This record gives sequence, structure tokens and C-alpha cells, in this order.
Amino acid sequence: MEGTVTAFVLALTALGLSLVFGVMRIVNVAHGEFFMLGAVLAWGFTALIPELPFWGFMLALLAAPVCVAAIAVIADALVLRRLNYEPEATIVATIGLLYILQQSVLTLYGPNAQPVVAPISFRVVLPWFGYSGYKLVVIGAAALLLIGVWYAITRTKFGLVMRATQFDRETAQAFGVPVKLVYAAVFALGAALAAIAGVLVVPLQQAHYLMGLDPLLLSFIVVIIGGLDSLKGTVVAAFIIGLSDGIISMFFSPTLAKIIATLAVALVLVWRPQGLFGARAR
Amino acid sequence: MTGRARVWVLHGGVILLLFLLQFVLPDYHHTNVARIMVLATYAIGYNLLIGYTGLLSLGHAMFFATGLYGAGLPIYYFGLHPVAGFLLGALLALVLAFVVGLIVLRTSGVAFMIVTMMFAQAFFLATLYFNGVTRGDEGLVLAAEARRFGFLGLDLDLAEPATRYNMALSLFTGALLICLALVRSPLGRVMIAIRENEERTRMLGYNARDYKLLALSLSGLLSGAAGAAYVLLFAYMGSSFAAIQYSILPLLWVLLGGIGTVIGPLIGTALMFYLIDKTSEVMQSYLIVVGAVLVALVLFFPKGLAGTLRQRYARWLP
Repeated sequence: MEGTVTAFVLALTALGLSLVFGVMRIVNVAHGEFFMLGAVLAWGFTALIPELPFWGFMLALLAAPVCVAAIAVIADALVLRRLNYEPEATIVATIGLLYILQQSVLTLYGPNAQPVVAPISFRVVLPWFGYSGYKLVVIGAAALLLIGVWYAITRTKFGLVMRATQFDRETAQAFGVPVKLVYAAVFALGAALAAIAGVLVVPLQQAHYLMGLDPLLLSFIVVIIGGLDSLKGTVVAAFIIGLSDGIISMFFSPTLAKIIATLAVALVLVWRPQGLFGARAR
Repeated sequence: MTGRARVWVLHGGVILLLFLLQFVLPDYHHTNVARIMVLATYAIGYNLLIGYTGLLSLGHAMFFATGLYGAGLPIYYFGLHPVAGFLLGALLALVLAFVVGLIVLRTSGVAFMIVTMMFAQAFFLATLYFNGVTRGDEGLVLAAEARRFGFLGLDLDLAEPATRYNMALSLFTGALLICLALVRSPLGRVMIAIRENEERTRMLGYNARDYKLLALSLSGLLSGAAGAAYVLLFAYMGSSFAAIQYSILPLLWVLLGGIGTVIGPLIGTALMFYLIDKTSEVMQSYLIVVGAVLVALVLFFPKGLAGTLRQRYARWLP
């Protein structure tokens, strides 16, 4: 159960990173900070109306991703577009962005972790043990979103335009696809997905300005294992990693598990850059 | 003046200036400049790879920290002679860089950045995992006796500010001269050729991978020597020196000072050191300057200070 929640949240976060990498060909090192911003903004919005935790949370679920997407659009226009999405320069710039976002949150929000109350508090009681109902909500919401993103990519005009840009940027542009707009939209969508994951997770773990690092590294691992180009691979890998995380940590110390996982993934990237499930590159 | 004479006058002048500075600096800045010279050595090592070979690593903290722990732990636990400790630390970093290079040089570009970052992250986690030996984040402090030693008939005490300053200066001078000699040698020319166009260099019959491996090993050696000197001179080693921030800082220093210039790493390290120092006095979230400077450099100033100087006024700058 714990693993399932992790897997769904991870799938959302990693999907955002994977989309941005797939379409824009850039590695967004600040992705974890979008996750963190989602969580911190969720605290901010629920604190606006403390007497109505349910509506406060609903407000956060809608408004936090919008705010984060807006920040992403600004970052795209001010920084990434000016670099012409040159891969190495963009990584350095997003490292800078990581520090700017993280340290701004430290200034405005402070170094302390803040709890957010879950919008619902019922427990599902089974004969042998009970579940927190909120975890089921997280799983349901994340599943809906994953299906929604899949639908948007494969069945809508926007998805078509996006895939065309991914396949061949110049040809797409020649056919009148507004590539700049698509890039901005994809970057915003990727950030919003991370932010939603952050909002969903914050009642289970507190909001903190340094909470972005772990999701970032895990998302990297997931995207690499799943294959750098494959959204399906990303989701499958998120489930494998999310579910195995709990199991591995039962046998090893969490730190040792992380060391092994990090090295293993680095080796995957060296010897099978298309990922464990990806097809060979063209 | 010919180009060659200008180069010697400039770099000799910088070293002379650093030597003379120790007689006028107040205590606080005396220590800072010693620290800057050690960190600038690290930056020079990093610059060999990014500036002259064109490989952007995000994992150099593992080499710095290998030097740090490789020297510091045997001295702390077994009372190893500091000079032997320094050599051991630097040597271990060289070996690690060579072995890591064998693996990571199969990749290039973005994959190289991510893989080096992941190796360094695994190294960082290992320093936490072996908490019993390294004391993790809390770190270890070398005892005063461990830093007093006799060498070539001299009695040296590294806790002594003047000794420390001149040791740091010797280290920095050595690194600067190695870098200067290297980039003007045939080997350096091949490295620069790989940076400019790897495909063409291979066509000319150079084994690009071997040269990149050599550059990475040398870069690891200098970074490790800086780490080993750091623990000897400042007596402290902790996991934070292996964390990702210590991989990003040399990138920042080199970008600011001027990527692919011999003098740039010193300029960048000194400026950034004082910028972070001043900011941390006024605000808690001082690391924001790291982010702001990185973004600003990439956007508006990709050649850095010495690089822009070379482009505009001084073509002869190595």
C-alpha cells in the first residue's frame, strides 16, 4: 500500500520530467523544486482558510499547479528560450534555477517543515488492518491524471502537435506548428504534474524547502530505467521502483539501497542508454 | 613584449602578488586567501576537463572528497605522516578518476553529466553509510599534533597561519604551472582539439578516448590534491565536501572566472568566495547567489571574466 502510493506519486513526477526531456530535449534539474513548490504552496493555500480544510485543499489542488506552471512559463521565456534549449547550457541554467527557487522558498517560507491536514480523514478498516482513506484518494487522483495525460497526448490536437514537435522540430515548424508555444506549454505541463504530485503528497509528509531533492533523483532513475524517450516506459519504471523501494529497504539500510540503486542506474545509462524497456535508438 | 613573455609576466606576477599579500592581510582575510588558493587548485583541476577538453562533469566532488578522506582518515586513525597522507589522497583520487573514467567516458554530453553526478551521489551516500568511520555530516577534526611534522629538516606546524598560507601558495603555484605547461604542450593542443571538434580529431588519428581519459585522470589528481591539502591545512573533513554542492561550485568558479583560461579559476573562486561570504552575513538563504550567478553567467556572460578579456583585448591569454 505504501509502495503503491509512492509509485503513483513518482509516476506523476517522473512523467513531467520525461515529457520535458522527450519533447524539448532538455534535462530539467529544477524539476524537484516544482514538486517542492507544489507542496509548499499547498500549505500556503490551505492556511488561507484554516476553518475549511477540505475546500482549502481543493483550492490548493487547483491553484498550486497553476502558480507553478506560471513560474515555469516565466523561467522558459526568460532563461531557457534565450539559450535556444542548448542541452548543456540548459542543465547549468536549471541548476541555477534550482538554487533560486529553493532559496527563495527558504526566505519566504522559512526552514521549518509544515504539516498540511488531509482533506478527508476516514479510515478504511479491513478485518486485519486499516488504511488511511487519504492514501486511496491519492492513488485515485494520480491514476485519473495519468489517464488524462495519456489521453491528451494520444487523442487530442495538442498531443498531436506535441508529438510532431518531438519527432522533428524543424519540419513541425515548417508546417506551421508554433514550436515556441508548444515548448512553453510542455514545460508548464511538466512543472504542473510535479506540483500536483507535491500537493497530493504533502498531507502524508510535511512541506519543507529541501524536499525536492529526493523526487528529483528518483525521477531521474525512473526516466533512465524506463528509457529516455518512452512515456510508457517511465510509468512502468515508476511502478517497479516505487513498489520495490519499500521491499529493498526492508532488506538493506535505506542508504545502502540508494547507493546500489544509483550506481545500477548510472551503469544502465552507460550500457543501455535507451533504457531497460526502450527500443534501440534509430 | 612577445606573447610568451607576457604569459610569464602575468602568471609570475599573480603568484608574486599572492606571496606579498600575506604580509599585509589582516588575520581573517589571511585565512580566507589561503582557503581560496586551495579551492582555486580544485577549480584548476576542474577546468582542465571542462575548459580544455570540453567535458562537463557534475561529479567532481567525489575526487575532491577522495583526496580529503584519502589523506585525512589514515592521518586521523593511524597517525600517518602528513606528507605521505597528502600523496596518498592525491594518488587515490587519480586512481578513482581513472577507473570512473573507464566507465563514464563511454557516454558524452548530457549523459556524461548525469552519470558523473550519479557516481558522485553514490560516493556521497557512501560517506554517510560508513558513518562509523567518517562521522558523516558531523565530520572529523584533525588533532593539532597530527599536523606538526618534520620534513627535509624543517619543523612545520600547519596550524601556524604563515606555514599554512605558504603551503597553500605552493600547492596553487604547482597547479598553475602544471596547467600552464600542459595547455601549451602538444598534449594540451590535442585536448583543445577534442573540445573544438572530437570527430575531426579522431579523423586525424588521435585516440580521443585515451586523451579524454588522461585529461579526466589529471583533473581528478589535481582535485584530489586540493582535497588532501584542504584537510591538512584546515583540519576538517565532512560529508558536505562530497555533496552535490561541491560538484557545482567548481563549475560556478570556472564559469565566472573564464572557462578554458589558466588564470580564470583563481579569479572566479576568489570573487565567488567573497560574494557568498558577504551574502551569508546578511541573509539566511545566501545560496541564492549561487543560482543567480549561474543563470546570469549562462545567459549573458558565457565566456566569464578572463575569457571575455581574452576575446576583447588579450588574444595571447592561455
